[in-house]
Amino acid sequence: MTGTQLRPTVGTDTEFQPRLSLRRKVGAVFGVLTVVAMAIGLLTLGTLIVDVVRDGWSVLSWDFIRNFPSRRPSEAGIRSALIGTVYVMVLVAVIAFPLGVSAAVYLEEFAPKNRLTSFIELNISNLAAVPSIVYGLLGLGIFVRALTLGPSVIAGALTLSLLILPIIIIASREALRAVPPSIREAGYALGASRWQTVRMFVLPVAMPGILTGTILALSRAIGETAPLITIGALTYIAFTPKSLLDPFTVLPIQIYNWVSRPQPAFHQLAAGGIIILLAVLLSFNALAIVLRARLQRQIRD
Amino acid sequence: MAMDGVPDVAYTPEAARLAVVAERQERIRRTLQGGLAQDRRRRIRESVITGGLFLAAAISVLTTAGIIYTLGIETFHFFQRVSIVDFLTDTQWTPLFTEKHFGIAPLAVATLLVSSIAMLVSLPLGLLAAIGLAEYLPLRLARVIKPILEILAGVPTVVYGYFALLFVTPLLQRFIPNLQVFNVLSAGLVMGIMILPLVASLSQDAMLAVPQSLREAAYALGATKLEVVWRVVVPASLSGIVASFILAVSRAVGETMIVVIAMGNTPRLSFNPLEQMQAMTAYIVQISLGDTPHGTLEYQTIFAVGTTLFLITMVLNLLSFRLLRRFREIYQ
Repeated sequence: MTGTQLRPTVGTDTEFQPRLSLRRKVGAVFGVLTVVAMAIGLLTLGTLIVDVVRDGWSVLSWDFIRNFPSRRPSEAGIRSALIGTVYVMVLVAVIAFPLGVSAAVYLEEFAPKNRLTSFIELNISNLAAVPSIVYGLLGLGIFVRALTLGPSVIAGALTLSLLILPIIIIASREALRAVPPSIREAGYALGASRWQTVRMFVLPVAMPGILTGTILALSRAIGETAPLITIGALTYIAFTPKSLLDPFTVLPIQIYNWVSRPQPAFHQLAAGGIIILLAVLLSFNALAIVLRARLQRQIRD
Repeated sequence: MAMDGVPDVAYTPEAARLAVVAERQERIRRTLQGGLAQDRRRRIRESVITGGLFLAAAISVLTTAGIIYTLGIETFHFFQRVSIVDFLTDTQWTPLFTEKHFGIAPLAVATLLVSSIAMLVSLPLGLLAAIGLAEYLPLRLARVIKPILEILAGVPTVVYGYFALLFVTPLLQRFIPNLQVFNVLSAGLVMGIMILPLVASLSQDAMLAVPQSLREAAYALGATKLEVVWRVVVPASLSGIVASFILAVSRAVGETMIVVIAMGNTPRLSFNPLEQMQAMTAYIVQISLGDTPHGTLEYQTIFAVGTTLFLITMVLNLLSFRLLRRFREIYQ
């Protein structure tokens, strides 16, 4: 397959010139290019963080976290957005985690190899790549209108749960697949049924991977803006939701609200909100790493 | 066996033997019966649990059905009021004006333009980064750099919108004076950086799946590292690489917050990336931010646009999966 493609350098004529030093130089230039490509990505990430921190550092204070949003930039804060994010995320975790893990266990441990199973699998891969705003339209049509939940905390949580379900399923399946077959065989040898084997032998071993995948999926949900705007989450809210059916806002929507205003003072508030959002995401990811390390150690012992 | 030593039950050896057999049979019968009952209970519990787990997996099918149903029904109502020919051929999109036009072209072209710019950034950079990670960097360094690059994919898109509008655009305006505040160029560039890790990560996986023997064969023929990469590894993993490109296009088409924040909200048919335009996703957000009552034509337009978006991305996704599956069949 490759022999013919190498013709220019491996000629058969008598005047074959290896030109090795030239070819090595070109290769070295290319190697530098690959490093440049990676550096562009890393530098952009660095620039983004520095830019946001420089813009938003001055607005960070306890008042910024304690206050409700306000028309006066000096008094505005992220209280309702932060509390909204926490409510929605707790609900999403409660809804999506059991469903996602169950679906993954079914597909990996129970499902027969047939057309229905491969249809479900293809379906899940496609859902993982459907634009998030389409989930917003789904939530608007089903949860907000058909189930008449309104643009409420629970409607937002259900929408985001459906959004991250495929991600949790895919990550959990990978974790389950990584469990060696010998562990299952040990379970069967002790007379355990299939479910008993999964619950007592396979799931504990796969749990670090499953939890890491779930936390990463949740951090995706924390940053989602578009689907929640689409279901009608408000951009300006000066109270905290009291029940599951109350309207709500979340951090990314509050940030969007501030970015979309023309005054620079609001842009600073947006940068402040972004710092908090990135800090929340960072701590989530740190949690995932710590959790994985700790659980892995437990299993080894 | 225990009966052997009990004198008052069996006086003769024959009776003792019979008693032992009877006792054994009784014990086996009881065990079997109890075991079977337990077994049946266990089997019922098993099938209930399996059914429950199946339902959880079936939710994904229900989600797709729900998407098709919600999008379909409102789009159907929309096309009862607006002809599909107008939708596809009209060059104006003005559903909010008194003189209404419903041509998807301005929104679709804007989406196409911003996605193309994003691809111009993310495809070459992503592929180069993938080659670097898979072939050039020492494994240890690659293991450190890859997760850092993937942070780029985890940054919320609203943050990228902020970055595009308030950092990249002012920076570019220094070099391109007639660049508008909202423009396609910045949005596309930033979107390209956002998608870079997706391309890099999937392409790297494809390259790592190429058997080592192919590389060694090329080295044995006297090829340099670049020649091995460019003429053996890349062609061998091409379907995987193309799959990652297609998935990246799908991501770009569906991307929302960057285009909402940095690209503007004026639907107009143009091909100049220095001007503002409205992408399909941005239109949906614009209408959603207002208070559109259920059943109005504006309410239905977002579903019609959503259907267009869903169909485009689904075709791309399925194409990409197909390529990936073929690629896996070759090497596994």
